[in-house]
Amino acid sequence: MLVEGITSRPVHGGIQVDLFARRHFFALEGEGALALLAQAPALDEAFFDRCEVLYAAADAAGRGYDEALARLKPDLFRQTPTVETLLFRLRGCLSRATMGTRLYVAGGEGFIGRCMNVAAGFGMDAGTVLTEHRGSAARRVQCVHCKGITEDVSESPFACSHCGLNLLVRDHYSKRLGAFQGVCIDAEEPVSASRTPEEVFQ
Amino acid sequence: MSATSTIPVRVSEIEPVAESIKRVRLERPDGRPLPPFSPGAHVVVSMNDGGRIRRNPYSLMSEPDDRGYYAISVLRAEKSRGGSAFIHDVLKAGDELTISHPVNLFPADKRGRKHILIAGGIGITPFIAMMAGFARDNVPFELHYAMRSRAHGAYWRDLVASYGAHRIKPYFSAEYQVLPVATLLENQPLGTHVYVCGPDRLTDCVLDAARNTGWPAANVHTERFLAPAGGKPFDVELIRSGITVHVGEHESILEAVEAAGIDAPCLCRGGACGQCETSVIACDGQLLHHDVYLSDDEKAGGRKIMICVSRFEGTRLSLDL
Repeated sequence: MLVEGITSRPVHGGIQVDLFARRHFFALEGEGALALLAQAPALDEAFFDRCEVLYAAADAAGRGYDEALARLKPDLFRQTPTVETLLFRLRGCLSRATMGTRLYVAGGEGFIGRCMNVAAGFGMDAGTVLTEHRGSAARRVQCVHCKGITEDVSESPFACSHCGLNLLVRDHYSKRLGAFQGVCIDAEEPVSASRTPEEVFQ
Repeated sequence: MSATSTIPVRVSEIEPVAESIKRVRLERPDGRPLPPFSPGAHVVVSMNDGGRIRRNPYSLMSEPDDRGYYAISVLRAEKSRGGSAFIHDVLKAGDELTISHPVNLFPADKRGRKHILIAGGIGITPFIAMMAGFARDNVPFELHYAMRSRAHGAYWRDLVASYGAHRIKPYFSAEYQVLPVATLLENQPLGTHVYVCGPDRLTDCVLDAARNTGWPAANVHTERFLAPAGGKPFDVELIRSGITVHVGEHESILEAVEAAGIDAPCLCRGGACGQCETSVIACDGQLLHHDVYLSDDEKAGGRKIMICVSRFEGTRLSLDL
């Protein structure tokens, strides 16, 4: 039932650092910490002096990734209690950033979408933000009917958390919103509201 | 270029605006409106210079919303192949020309929050329409405009008067003023785009500075029009057409092919757009690539040639045309 083969589906190419950049911002969620930790041995002190790391442990709390990130001694390291507070910090970082700044995002699909949405708000082109998918494949989905966004959607169809319509999750992705599109699946036969979810984005 | 895509125009005004620069105003003889264009677009102007057809690309610098006329500015090239000298010495008000439909290979990125325009000399032309667009959309922009001297520079006084000295920064090399490219690019907020149009030296300087100050390549825009370089004459065998054409000293392959009556695909005529890419079937000698379209690998590979600007030295060249 999942509609595949749609070219707007984002491709996360990995967070290869751009050594020409003057400043490096990392927004990491849960397992996303590993994306930076994996390449840390190849990076030197001068790199971390120009580096700001924001981390929300989420599902990976208690695995010590926060301590490992702090040991890299970035210019700024801030662990936030939730993704929402991380996004607040990210807005603060980006508001004083210059064109020499590169943003790297690693974490779940929904987290990447929310960070991309913040970056777009500062005029950053989606192609200039480096992303790496780690952890949950649960999606951030916009209901195309009521425009409400539901976070952490792990099944399709699902009931829109705003208007209650049963939505089919498509691979159709909005770079502007950082969200997948959900379309009403039973407009012709609304009585079948109890249809069982088929696809799971784990 | 096929004949149906051209537009007949009449020169309604031609006047000098600076040392070696003339502004030409073009209107349709039948008074009908010209096609709309987006800021940054150019047209290819075809001129009949004593039986010889010359075609040169020029950026449109009139108000994009005014469909009553187009305006272009022409610098007399120091080593003119004929086109700019014809416009300066022969062309007069009332003369008729044909132009192509407008094509835009240098559009402004509308998602940008701020736009920095860097012009060198006659490279100012695409920015005049762009600035009119930014001003109308109320989008922040700055123009940094390097010229040889106050007398050589076109339009800078008008631009300062229209947009204010806080947005228009002229630099005159005769007065030892230098456009501070690196300092300029170092401190720009996120969402800024930079555009450069001018001599190769300026373009390369901006590309280098942007890379060294950490700009993502997607936010750096350039337009380079290359006049086809002259060189030794040679013959080209056109396999599909079954003929051989002679390319003269001051002629491009494209011009020679067109003179032989063959309709070869092309668009910018300046080595930038990629439309005239042609397969090389046999080459006994050396291809002289002058375009900015093919990658270095493709140029080294010798299987493709951009016939609008590139040349050949050797004994035999066969193209898939």
